[in-house]
Amino acid sequence: MLNRQGRATQPAVAPSTDPAADATFARAAGTILGHRGLDHEERLIFELGEDGRTGVDLPEPPKVESRLGGLARQGGIGLPGLAEPQVVRHFVRLSRRNYAIDLGLYPLGSCTMKHNPRLNEKVARLSGLGDIHPLQPQSTVQGALELIERLAGWIMTLTGMPAVAMSPAAGAHGELCGLMAIHAAHVAKGDARKRVLVPESAHGTNPATAALCGYVVDPVPATADGRIDLEAFRAKLGPDVAAVMLTNPNTCGLFERDVIAVAEGIHSVGGYFYCDGANFNAIVGRVRPGDLGIDAMHLNLHKTFSTPHGGGGPGSGPVVFSDALKDFAPLPFVRREGDAFRLVEDLREAPKSFGRMKGYHGQMGMFIRALAYMMSHGGDGLRQVAEDAVLAANYVMASLKDVMTPSFDGPCMHEALFDDRFLKDTGVTTLDFAKAMIDQGFHPMTMYFPLVVHGALLIEPTETESKDSIDRFVLVLRGLAEQAIACRDGGGDPAAFTEAPRLAPRRRLDETRAARTPVLRWKAPV
Amino acid sequence: MRYLPLTADDRAAMLGVIGAASVDELFADVPGPARLDGPLDLPPHQGEWEVEKAFRALAGRNLSPSEVPSFLGAGAYRHHIPASVDHLIQRSEFLTSYTPYQPEIAQGTLQHLFEFQSQVALLTGMEVANASMYDGATSCAEAVLMAKRQTRRSRAILSGGLHPHYRDCTRTMAGFVDHGVEALPLDLDGSEDLAAHLGKDVACVVVQYPDVLGRVSDLTALAEAVHAAGALLIVAVTEIVALGALQPPGAMGADIVVAEGQSLGVPLSFGGPYVGLFATREKFLRQMPGRLCGETVDADGRRGYVLTLSAREQHIRREKATSNICTNAGLCALAFSIHLSLLGEAGYVRLAQINHGKAVQAAERLAAIPGVTLVNQGFFNEFTLKLPKDAAAVVEALAGKRILAGVPGARLWPENPAAANLLLVAVTELNDDGDVDALVAALAAEVK
Repeated sequence: MLNRQGRATQPAVAPSTDPAADATFARAAGTILGHRGLDHEERLIFELGEDGRTGVDLPEPPKVESRLGGLARQGGIGLPGLAEPQVVRHFVRLSRRNYAIDLGLYPLGSCTMKHNPRLNEKVARLSGLGDIHPLQPQSTVQGALELIERLAGWIMTLTGMPAVAMSPAAGAHGELCGLMAIHAAHVAKGDARKRVLVPESAHGTNPATAALCGYVVDPVPATADGRIDLEAFRAKLGPDVAAVMLTNPNTCGLFERDVIAVAEGIHSVGGYFYCDGANFNAIVGRVRPGDLGIDAMHLNLHKTFSTPHGGGGPGSGPVVFSDALKDFAPLPFVRREGDAFRLVEDLREAPKSFGRMKGYHGQMGMFIRALAYMMSHGGDGLRQVAEDAVLAANYVMASLKDVMTPSFDGPCMHEALFDDRFLKDTGVTTLDFAKAMIDQGFHPMTMYFPLVVHGALLIEPTETESKDSIDRFVLVLRGLAEQAIACRDGGGDPAAFTEAPRLAPRRRLDETRAARTPVLRWKAPV
Repeated sequence: MRYLPLTADDRAAMLGVIGAASVDELFADVPGPARLDGPLDLPPHQGEWEVEKAFRALAGRNLSPSEVPSFLGAGAYRHHIPASVDHLIQRSEFLTSYTPYQPEIAQGTLQHLFEFQSQVALLTGMEVANASMYDGATSCAEAVLMAKRQTRRSRAILSGGLHPHYRDCTRTMAGFVDHGVEALPLDLDGSEDLAAHLGKDVACVVVQYPDVLGRVSDLTALAEAVHAAGALLIVAVTEIVALGALQPPGAMGADIVVAEGQSLGVPLSFGGPYVGLFATREKFLRQMPGRLCGETVDADGRRGYVLTLSAREQHIRREKATSNICTNAGLCALAFSIHLSLLGEAGYVRLAQINHGKAVQAAERLAAIPGVTLVNQGFFNEFTLKLPKDAAAVVEALAGKRILAGVPGARLWPENPAAANLLLVAVTELNDDGDVDALVAALAAEVK
């Protein structure tokens, strides 16, 4: 029962804890509760709560006759009750079990883990931006619409493209946007096509997106130097090819030298050029996709333009379009009419549009952060971003190439790709090597991707690391590489790799068990 | 530039190690015609206060619903967000971490996702839930795609009571290839007969609960009819607070429940980012889209969490994946979980009762205005009024008086003249008596 302030009026029932969990934590840690110094074990929130308690004081509900149509909820839900200090402590303890860019270099290749400026968080929360409703009369949100239009302007200038669709919610959603526009353009010409060409080095979302649009995915091999095989690409061209999806710079961290030839090739058969812009950070301010013959490309605002990754989202994936595709872009979009801004939401005003793909108007909170980032850097700073990102990656490559094995001859763009040849006969795998980095205080690089090299280790330092930070990272990787190489022919200490991590909040987790007997939610003990 | 730590000396030293004379050499692979040598036509870099000033100016040109009586809903709701929610989601370790691909150093995110999945399953009355989707509308589209895979049938029937944005996203994303999405028109008199549209090729029926006009109806009989026809029932919930007061869709036979989770912990933010909820029955697990977090043990036998069943996902299955989705709405899901944890069962239920009670009071007063009628008898915290004149014009006039009266029908159904006089009004715990007084007085004056 709750009193008028929503506080419990009766002693709560006995705490529902999980002593078995405590016991296993304690056994492994050798302490009474499993805590190790500042590293606290934390039970599930369902094991902490008690019935009737709450962390929010709410007034008495108005006394009215229910109009719920006879559908009032029957029975309990099963949610735990906690006071505010308990909830705060729970989530703070959980937070301390995460690696984060604010803690250290986060070298995940193709993820662009750069610094997330806090100014961007501040402005996204301003009254008048963070608290406005998407369906207010448009006369009351002119500032918001102008903001979207202004960000669109920056994006079009940076990419050299004439149009941008702002609504896609993430990179993969942007890919879908691009491919749907391409599909709509072909259908408008009465020429629905079947195949989409996708290089083998592509991110998994590319083929998944093409398949979602009903296309047959036709893989294009890579050359020995990590680029698209132009001859193989040309051989696959034909009147049934709808598009090519090329990532540039590609997932090997290399600029596709033949990008203009690819554009000419795909256009020669009436197809469209989709570019995956996930790696735009390497070229922002130095190369404009519009100068490469690209028809559609998504930008991940959470990569190049620093909106926080948030443990896996939210992202934002605006898509730039060429003149050939812009009329097919999704709804809604902002149109400037004199000094006023208007949202076009009705298909009758954009008859060629393939329609809506997101509730409301896009990831406004991410737009605000990305625009603040762009304005902070300016045109000059953004060009420096690309230069420093590429410089940092090449510096990592140059500093490690004698102990690890770069997959391709340099220079690279924003990320350095190594394979596992340096681990040959050591008994240490790419996975072991990555896990050993954890014990040294670093998040591992991207592992086993791209698929075109064996045991890939893909390192993207980004431009927001200092030289000192990169030097210390290099020192660790050199040390680990030397230790791994010492394991060759039965020497060294392979357990330092195969049993790693030993110092993290958890050691390696049994993923097979998780998949074979899925436990996907907490259930009340019976 | 404050975000770039490298100095000119650093750059020179690094180029020395690389063995390059200049950064330009590192861009040697870029074909000549594609190189941009001059500056871009963009303003130069700016300091913090200059940027902040520009955003304050933009914000100042918007009418903030926090500062005036506001009754806007239609899938996005203004609720109180406890102060600790925003503090906790801004913890660096949550805000600036990536997808938990290295579980040993991502247990914070993973344990949270496990708790989130559990919360979503409990609220919806379903067996399993995923780690979130982009938003409610895209979640709905993914549910239809999933139903088509599960049943190997091609047609989806969408109720006319489904939010038009959900309808349109579903039509775009799930009807793109086969045009197999059939959306029924908005019905104002409650005569819609979804069961009559069932057939051997129907994969699923999609209904909203409460529907877009705010109406609530028992779905049990519909679920039975849908199941008898071998199809799945998908239930979309745009106001998740409603499930604190209403029977959960899972108790009425839903096979997939999709929802917008924005109401808990996530600011309105002009429509995004929000958090899509997705729950289903265990037997459909393998066809589920999106990330899933599962419990397991580590090498020392300690309980821990990992992303699991990824054989469904694009990074493993590529073109055979259940969806192309890669991100979820991690930080918004975290805000949802924290807010719901703070409320607890007692707080969540009470919050729902407050919303309903205030809505009932407001509806009775508004319906008493001459010429104004209440379209729906049953509702949770949102209901629809029929005005004697064009609702968009009324909303615009009231906005001029600094009252955000609700969402006019023309904003959602611009092509449907029958919707022109409809006004959707949402009432939450944040609307006090003064707000309702102001709306009643202004609306009465406007429709006189």
